[in-house]
Amino acid sequence: MTNPLETKQAYQDYVDQKSPNSPILKNCFWAFIIGGIICSIGQIILNICKERGLDTQTSGTIVSIILIGLAAFLTGLNLFNKLGKIAGAGSLIPITGFANSIVSPAMEYKSEGYVMGVGGKMFTVAGPVLVFGISASILVGIIYLIFNTQAITLV
Amino acid sequence: MGINWANVFDWMMLLKCFVTGGIICIIGQILIDKTKLTPARILVIFVTTGAILGGLGIYKYLVDFAGAGATVPLTGFGYNLAKGAIEGVKESGLVGAFVGGVKASAGGIAAAVFFGYLAALISKPKMKKQ
Repeated sequence: MTNPLETKQAYQDYVDQKSPNSPILKNCFWAFIIGGIICSIGQIILNICKERGLDTQTSGTIVSIILIGLAAFLTGLNLFNKLGKIAGAGSLIPITGFANSIVSPAMEYKSEGYVMGVGGKMFTVAGPVLVFGISASILVGIIYLIFNTQAITLV
Repeated sequence: MGINWANVFDWMMLLKCFVTGGIICIIGQILIDKTKLTPARILVIFVTTGAILGGLGIYKYLVDFAGAGATVPLTGFGYNLAKGAIEGVKESGLVGAFVGGVKASAGGIAAAVFFGYLAALISKPKMKKQ
């Protein structure tokens, strides 16, 4: 038995044990920081593209491609999941989370083969995202076609 | 070609981007901690919300304000899809509603498929600890 007040570490553990923990505040803090950093990296890439004379649409696409590529390979190297444990939604909500959601299940089902295992399970999470995202965009397009306006311009 | 690094590191823009992106992530974190929604559902909610806000013409203001802070989160992916669909309709009517969205985000989707498969191939099988 060690006296909880004996060493700094033991004291810290003792305090953590006694004080009411508020993981949600801590989680939100890290989500804010990591999410902010990922978006800022995107903004820097975007600015470099624009400085090179590319238009907004192309620059945005390049940002997506680079962030998705980075996140995919970091997931493959098992580094992204370590980040995700701290960052929570901070790494899930940016486009990096989309890449992660593709690679993670694909890695797990590698043993089931390269076609149905990797190729099929890639879309366990990304599939619904694409289904709902693309369907919503088609509906938006059709509504725009019918009313020929975006709602905000009605106000 | 010369790059003006002062424009690249536009601190005001980066600050707005950081704060907006961070806040969007906090919303996601609250959904994770306070509801029983799975990450997959949260991603779907964010993309769909982005598409709806994009369709309503609201999300555009956030993009103008925060740049990548609004486009990098998955709501930006949804916004991009909706924006593409509207531009498609302007260009070619009904067909555009089907073509435009995916066309606008084709780069991201293709990159996700390609790099995703590649990364899964080179990944080392991991031991599950949980």
